[in-house]
Amino acid sequence: MADTVKIATRESYGNALVEVGKLNDKIYVLDADLAGATKTGTFKKAFPERHIDCGIAEANMVGIAAGLSTTGIIPFCSSFAMFAAGRAFEQVRNSVGYPHLNVKIGATHAGVTVGEDGATHQCNEDIALMRTIPGMVVIVPSDDIEAKAAVKAAAEYVGPVYMRFGRSAVPVINDNADYKFEIGKGICLKEGKDVTIIATGVCVCEALAAAEALAKDGIDAEVINIHTIKPLDKDLVLASAKKTGKVVTVEEHSVIGGLGSAVADVLAETGVATIKKIGVQDVFGESGTAGQLLHKFKLDAEGITEGVKEFLK
Amino acid sequence: MNELELQKKANDVRKGIVTAVHSAKAGHPGGSLSVADIMTYLYFEEMNIDPANPKMENRDRVVLSKGHVAPALYSTLANRGYFPVEELETLRKLGTRLQGHPCMQETPGVDMSSGSLGQGVSAACGMALSAKLLGNDYRVYAICGDGEIQEGQIWEAAMFAGHRKLDNLVVIVDNNGLQIDGKIEDVCSPYPIADKFKAFNFNVIEIDGHDFKQIADAFKCARETKGMPTAIVAKTTKGKGVSFMENQASWHGTAPNDEQYAVAMADLERIGK
Repeated sequence: MADTVKIATRESYGNALVEVGKLNDKIYVLDADLAGATKTGTFKKAFPERHIDCGIAEANMVGIAAGLSTTGIIPFCSSFAMFAAGRAFEQVRNSVGYPHLNVKIGATHAGVTVGEDGATHQCNEDIALMRTIPGMVVIVPSDDIEAKAAVKAAAEYVGPVYMRFGRSAVPVINDNADYKFEIGKGICLKEGKDVTIIATGVCVCEALAAAEALAKDGIDAEVINIHTIKPLDKDLVLASAKKTGKVVTVEEHSVIGGLGSAVADVLAETGVATIKKIGVQDVFGESGTAGQLLHKFKLDAEGITEGVKEFLK
Repeated sequence: MNELELQKKANDVRKGIVTAVHSAKAGHPGGSLSVADIMTYLYFEEMNIDPANPKMENRDRVVLSKGHVAPALYSTLANRGYFPVEELETLRKLGTRLQGHPCMQETPGVDMSSGSLGQGVSAACGMALSAKLLGNDYRVYAICGDGEIQEGQIWEAAMFAGHRKLDNLVVIVDNNGLQIDGKIEDVCSPYPIADKFKAFNFNVIEIDGHDFKQIADAFKCARETKGMPTAIVAKTTKGKGVSFMENQASWHGTAPNDEQYAVAMADLERIGK
């Protein structure tokens, strides 16, 4: 994929905010001293009067967003996933989720691809935390195109939305004419009959590459991109699971509570397929480059290929 | 209303509090009774509100950050005409609009859901900031407990309010001196409260929270103060108005039995006359 365009979804977030900001003057962006890193600085430059820096106080930022939203403003709260979903979990739950306020949370630097900063900043728990909140939409875009579409959809949707973006550049994979983003609708990227690989976020392109490698060994894998973890596209998951009988989930997140758990819930209730969860196996991350870490945690194409083969043995 | 009328109205609010908590057999009477005079003044004198139109766009807003004193808010709203006073007896019961802690989606007149301590001033900051950003002139009142200000988020919000010069925001601290585990200065002292808010660039007013003249003057001063938010530190008595509840930490979260209820209601007939 040497000639593929690569863009970090946090860049997409910043750029998309400017686009939706042009269309709707009720859109405001809140930051906690990380506008440069979350790429909301792009919005700040375009609309300085609609950018609110709350300082290093994420709990307060979420509360301010809640208050703003009661007056018709649409706040996009931005920070690293660790702080937006982790530090401010209870504020998101009680000040945003319980009153079902129209607050959007743009969480960047999710997962191990944060890289060199290491475990303290590599949030592998945010999907689990956010999907337990009733009424919360949880979106994990796989590339630039999907990330921009997600921001647009979140701006139009009325209610709380958590969006998870990455720090590291990822290949653009959704640049086709019939790409369509709809909250809660998964996308089948490759049809197959032997096994279903369900991936989210940065792992989607790795899953596609793994499917190519598997094909060389005669394994015909179906690849599904689940960009919305909640509400989960159960119909798509079940239809594919019934067809292949074998499901492998892949996510740059703990195997506890994330995409794998969401899919496992559906499969356990119906018993149509067995499942293997590829993800961060109940350990903390560490320093390294994004690529090294994806490899170490077996979340790259090689690791996924190996995992699928083991599962099918 | 004159002072006597306000005192009577506040006691009507107190009767509603005691009735609701007695009926629920659970709830928080102590801190509800301590803040009743301030809430009565806000809803009957100070604020620009319309009980027939609880979502009026330019209304003044209250965030009850110490959400466990929901009975005080509910009783004030009911007495002000947002919903029938009889509904107070449904407090905390299955299917009620009057949840254990305030829920803005359920109860007419509740401007923000609250109850997990420390979060209300942030939401109030958001409302106040919105007025500044969109050119509205409503005012926002956040009501905190003195134990509650042990929560760090209160001070994150105070820093933000001072920084943003939110002069349409008033933070009221119901300084009744008691929290669940005892006296606030014994548990983990937040004193000096006034100096802390001053350090965060607030206009600070210290009052007797049961003296309507002082309450009125404080809100007037807050309205006239430009360029900085106001904190009103109100010295109050936990359980105010009910003889056996006054200054007793044990009445923080306990409901009166039938006998105690009768005494409480009799107490509230006498006071204010």
